[in-house]
Amino acid sequence: MMILRTLNQGPRHGYAIARHIHDWSKGALEIEDGSLYPALNRMLHKGWVKAEWGVTENNRRARFYRLTAAGKKQLEAESTAFNKMVRTIQLVMRTSS
Amino acid sequence: MFWQNPLRRDRMDREWREEMESHLQILTDAFLAQGLAPREARSAALRQAGNLTARREEIYRMNGIQWLDSISGDIRYAFRGLRNQPSFTAVAVLTLALGIGANTAVFSVVNSVLLKPLSFPDADKLVDLELVAPGAGGVLSSRGPGLSTSMYFTYTEQNRSFQSMGVWTSRAVTVTGLGEPEQVSANVISDGLLQTLAVRPEAGRPLTGADQVPGANGTVLLSYGYWQRRFGGDRSVIGRKILVDAIPREIVGVMPPGFRVADTPAELILPMQLDRRQAILEGFSLRALARLKPGISIPQANADIARLLPIWARSWASTPRGAPGDGGFAQKLFLSSWRIGPNIRPLRESVVGNVRGVLWVVMGTLAMVMLIACANVANLLLVRVDGRQSELALRAALGAGWARIVRQLMVESLLLGAAGGALGLAFASGGLRLLVRNGPSNLPRLSEIGLDSHALAFSAIVSILCGLFFGLIPALRYAGPGVSLTIRDSGRTMSHGRGRHRARSTLVVVQVSLAVVLLISSGLMIRTFQQMRSVRPGFERPEAVQTFRVVVPQTLIPKGEDATRTEQSIAGKVAAIPGVISVGFASALPMDGAPPNWDGILKEGQSYAQGSVPPMRLFLNVSPGLFGSLGIRIKAGRDLTWTDIYGGRKFVLVSENLARELWGTAQAAIGKRVRANDGDVWREVVGVVEDVRHVGAQEPAPAVVYWPVFGQLVYAPITAASRSVAFTVRTDRAGTGALLNEIRQAVWSVNAALPVANPETMRETVDRSMARTSFTLVMLAIAGAMALLLGLIGIYGVIAYAVSQRTREIGIRLALGARPADVRRMFVRYGLSLCAMGITIGIGAAAALTHLMKSLLFGVAPMDPVTFAAVPATLLAATLAASYLPARRVSAVDPVKCMKAE
Repeated sequence: MMILRTLNQGPRHGYAIARHIHDWSKGALEIEDGSLYPALNRMLHKGWVKAEWGVTENNRRARFYRLTAAGKKQLEAESTAFNKMVRTIQLVMRTSS
Repeated sequence: MFWQNPLRRDRMDREWREEMESHLQILTDAFLAQGLAPREARSAALRQAGNLTARREEIYRMNGIQWLDSISGDIRYAFRGLRNQPSFTAVAVLTLALGIGANTAVFSVVNSVLLKPLSFPDADKLVDLELVAPGAGGVLSSRGPGLSTSMYFTYTEQNRSFQSMGVWTSRAVTVTGLGEPEQVSANVISDGLLQTLAVRPEAGRPLTGADQVPGANGTVLLSYGYWQRRFGGDRSVIGRKILVDAIPREIVGVMPPGFRVADTPAELILPMQLDRRQAILEGFSLRALARLKPGISIPQANADIARLLPIWARSWASTPRGAPGDGGFAQKLFLSSWRIGPNIRPLRESVVGNVRGVLWVVMGTLAMVMLIACANVANLLLVRVDGRQSELALRAALGAGWARIVRQLMVESLLLGAAGGALGLAFASGGLRLLVRNGPSNLPRLSEIGLDSHALAFSAIVSILCGLFFGLIPALRYAGPGVSLTIRDSGRTMSHGRGRHRARSTLVVVQVSLAVVLLISSGLMIRTFQQMRSVRPGFERPEAVQTFRVVVPQTLIPKGEDATRTEQSIAGKVAAIPGVISVGFASALPMDGAPPNWDGILKEGQSYAQGSVPPMRLFLNVSPGLFGSLGIRIKAGRDLTWTDIYGGRKFVLVSENLARELWGTAQAAIGKRVRANDGDVWREVVGVVEDVRHVGAQEPAPAVVYWPVFGQLVYAPITAASRSVAFTVRTDRAGTGALLNEIRQAVWSVNAALPVANPETMRETVDRSMARTSFTLVMLAIAGAMALLLGLIGIYGVIAYAVSQRTREIGIRLALGARPADVRRMFVRYGLSLCAMGITIGIGAAAALTHLMKSLLFGVAPMDPVTFAAVPATLLAATLAASYLPARRVSAVDPVKCMKAE
């Protein structure tokens, strides 16, 4: 979901996604950069993202991932479900305390 | 889906590699920007990225289906392995192919003959309206009485069970007006029969009720084959006239290809014009078919017919002008004494008839051969796996799970099974073609036999099951959880434990015992065949008797005496052919399968007591000289002469067994008088002839009364001729085409409109009557030979293997002073003990199973001591050879070399 959200802001390559998540979570989420790729591969299969070769700002060749329509829909669905879950947990926490 | 494409997957893998590389470079760039040295930047980047190779593998696996992938690897590996050992592969595949081929072929036969529905629409509603008459003695050979015309009328008018029904019969007719005269088979059918079968003609119209009214214009339907053969499939033949038995008949239609009434093929289909006014009680000669109404079962239909039979017996007379029911006599004779009753059977069952037993025996036999073949291949595989133990142990040590190793072995055996199945299919199709061409002509539905989707599915299933069966044994034995032990066990210092041989020995014992069962069955069939061949059939040197049939239609030569004189002059002309010794003719010949004519006979002083029926005798009409030409000996008195016949003298001959039964001895019969019924004139017995096995070599000779071919009929004071007669020509040229041509010329020189039909030698007639036995014999002999061969290969293999595995032990024994002969004997004894065990089990099984073949045997008990002694003896002798050959290699073992190798 975090990858989808990252890509929602526009196509990015793998390293940029990793950076982004790292920065976003203020370093709280320590993931190996490599473990990103199997996740991306899965999303490619599901048709949520599309990949194209391009050139980075530093003139390096890299693959850029772009969110597809299905990917956007998935993101919405997941955010809704996540928000709902969070709200439910909050509700439970509040009433039980 | 794209992941199914391995090429595509490799490309994706390349892309991921590039992408990860670029990721690293970007990361390195970032560290460089932080001021790290290039090398440090690179290693820091690698650290941060984590295990990229593992990720790549993860993605690679994600992009494929793993098990499919590794199975395709297994298949490639197995294929390579099999290719590297061509002799092993060839033997295994060939063994399997023989087994699977034979089984598929026989399954196709069983499927086509027994399982597949008949090729009529809604064929399971079709029934054969048979009757039984348990009290009628031998009147009606195997197939109960047929229907009489009067029954047809009663049934059709009053039944409550049938949608429609019809009767039919078949006979030979002569077609003239199309080049040479030709005798062809015809089905004569009543109204309702085509409707019952629900078959429409290919061209033209069917026969209708109007064609079947007595006195209607002559019409005929052609079979598809006859239409193609004689008219080249020309559609304009419809409306043309052909002469059938010298009567002009209009061709109204052509039946579709493969059409036959029940299972009787015919070239022509003629309408049966049944006349109600002529119908009487008797004449049980028609066969009947019906289509059941929906919801009516066979027992219900039987009950319906049982209700109709008394009505029938009351409503009709024995003679065209007699009183209905003949004052209760018919009731008494047919219902109380003969006990005529309904016996309705599904049409398919009556078509298939008595081959059912034979086919199941053959099928069972070949299934056994298949088991033996599997056992053999399993044994071969065991040897192979044995040699690969260290490989398997290594794989296990490297972390392959035992399930994975089992799978690898199974893939290999399934591959063998598939190859065997493919080759077996080729064998089967070749074998079936042979069978259809040369098979026993009395096998029903022979023409329908062929490989179809069922047979293909069958062979596929058999191949897979075989693969699983013979693959599982070595797989479980060697790849089980204990596989790691084998590394230790295969150490060179140990001689192989007995446990290793147990699986293979068990397989060999099973093989031998199955082979014993098969050999005993085929031995019993061989003995049956011998018994049948050694029986004196009553005539001599059948191979030197040429026979052929001539029919003289009434429409061609109206007067009976002229017909007989025509036949007599044919006999005279044929006798003048060079090399011909003697000629005779008769209404039917021994074992020729012509419809029998049975009736009772009374000797002087005897009369039919009311309601009692005398035993049935076979009636034949013979010419003077018939007995001479067949080599049937005259035991007393003399043969008929033409003077007797044309002089109208009331003479008959009888068979020896009848003479003994009625008058005590053959001599005593001469001059005695007999008649067929109370109204008949007395006839004098002038001769007694040797008993002849008319029905077949395995049936006892029936009591026969020989009537002249021309003379006063039994039932009416009319003189009549036998118009369909079979000629017997004794000559050493029998069976040659030249003789046949000369015979044709001789017949045509008498009358150019008479065809020569069914030419064959008497030997062929006899062989045909034994076709069922010889077919069973050939099948069992093939199966038995295969079983024997496979069993011996099995024993040879086990001993050879044992010798090769125990070389060290042999070396030690020899070094310690054992004589080579003793060591050899040890191995031979091992082979013999396996064989003996197999024989013991096999004999037990055979004793239990052979009584199932009882109906196929003749003159031999199912527990025939000769066979039961000969088979084990042969097998032991063969085993001795099969185990001595490999044991001989013991002498080649050099103890010094052997010890040194330690």
